[in-house]
Amino acid sequence: MRVYLDHSATTATDKRVIEKMLPYFSEIYGNASSQHTFGVDAAKAVENARIQVAKALNASPNEIYFTSGGTESDNMALRGVVDAHGKKGRHVITTSIEHHAIIETCKMLEKQGVEVTYLTPDKSGIVSVEKVKEAMREDTILVSVMTANSEIGSIQPIKEIGALCRERKILFHTDAVQAIGNISVDVKRDNIDLLSLSAHKFYGPKGVGVIYIRNGVKVSRFMIGGEQERKMRAGTYNTPGIVGAGEAITLACADIEGHAKHLSTLRNHLAKRIVEEIPFCSINGTMDNDKRLPGNLNVTFDFIEGESILLMLDMAGIAASSGSACSSGSLEPSHVLLSIGVPAERAHGSIRFTLGRDNDLEQIDYTVDKLKETVERLRAISPLFKTVEGEKKNV
Amino acid sequence: MYNDKVLEAFKNPKNVGAMENADAEGTVGNASCGDIMKIYLKIENDVIIDAKFETFGCAAAIASSSTATEMIIGKTLDEALKIKNSDVIEKLEGLPPQKIHCSVLAEEAIKEAIQNYRAKKA
Repeated sequence: MRVYLDHSATTATDKRVIEKMLPYFSEIYGNASSQHTFGVDAAKAVENARIQVAKALNASPNEIYFTSGGTESDNMALRGVVDAHGKKGRHVITTSIEHHAIIETCKMLEKQGVEVTYLTPDKSGIVSVEKVKEAMREDTILVSVMTANSEIGSIQPIKEIGALCRERKILFHTDAVQAIGNISVDVKRDNIDLLSLSAHKFYGPKGVGVIYIRNGVKVSRFMIGGEQERKMRAGTYNTPGIVGAGEAITLACADIEGHAKHLSTLRNHLAKRIVEEIPFCSINGTMDNDKRLPGNLNVTFDFIEGESILLMLDMAGIAASSGSACSSGSLEPSHVLLSIGVPAERAHGSIRFTLGRDNDLEQIDYTVDKLKETVERLRAISPLFKTVEGEKKNV
Repeated sequence: MYNDKVLEAFKNPKNVGAMENADAEGTVGNASCGDIMKIYLKIENDVIIDAKFETFGCAAAIASSSTATEMIIGKTLDEALKIKNSDVIEKLEGLPPQKIHCSVLAEEAIKEAIQNYRAKKA
């Protein structure tokens, strides 16, 4: 059996999305900026996709800009705002659990003299509005808080943070890459000035993203070149990708509730079986359904290391991901788990399961069965587990 | 990321587990870094007649431990001390660059065990 439980990394492109994209490779292949019919037909498709994205976010089409993905959108939001508003102030507020696209961009901005406050979340992985409020200064120009975290699924109070920012006349950006399609996001209701999303996280193609910029918000252009995207983002339109993004977001947002219900039912079953059947493990983050992405589960298995678990699961056909240093290539374990107070030695033994729409109960049960074997095998090798068992015997 | 040799050693590691009445033990690494390696030796007339390991760590750490124990069985203590991490890597036909430290741990665990043994004897 093959079981894919890494949907926060990427999803399979929906076949209906691919169908819509196909004509734009070799039939309607014109450059969307060209004036002939070949180009005009492509431009129509791009504009249709823009309407689809706008509709899904409750935005206007002219607030939607296509990019190459979530990373570019995040870069554009942060760098573009700092560049355009640098005279007003040089202070940015973000969180310690953002995606690297935000954190690393902030670090770069710090080198350019921007002051950045990194707010830490509580144990459940949520950054409170009060913390954001306390961090605000006279010279704060931007607050960037993700809609939902990729590792522990914690959903941030973006509506309230957005309202606070609006009140203080500070711009509010949210990285909604993990949220779109899984929870409802509405740029008006949630008081969002800028938003990043990436199509491949909701069954769209890779290599296409969107930045929403509320009308009236000044952001410096990021990619320099031609006049595409009203001069905001140069580069030939990726017509098939953009068409795919439009179709994917329409499909993904058509039934968020039903999708979320399916995922959370399976996720809760997975969590319940793991906790009941595997000793010495704990769930990272909150299990409050309203505060966690429906398909996300993050578990620490004591005394063993995440990459080993991951590889052994992979040998059984199961794909998950890990917050261990070893799987990331860096020496530090997950910055998100460390931020919510998980000690390094336990962060190394964490596994993230992110469920998707094609998963079913049989796959989840198979995963737990294989996971039990894996954990048992690795604990038999671990010098730490024996110590604990020995201590238990001594007690 | 890993070659077949490393994956095989990870999947079916040799000489796994604690050793009853070991003549020497060596533990290196720490949990917060994500790697702990413990090597047990059975020694007769300065020759390692058996070796076992327990490892908390990634696939490369487990594969390196397994390979290192295989390499030292039958060797004299002096010969075992000469084993370098590069020898472990060679036996595994290569490790990814960020995993080199796992082979270093294996070399250090062997040295630690032998030093402990000699200190105890002295």
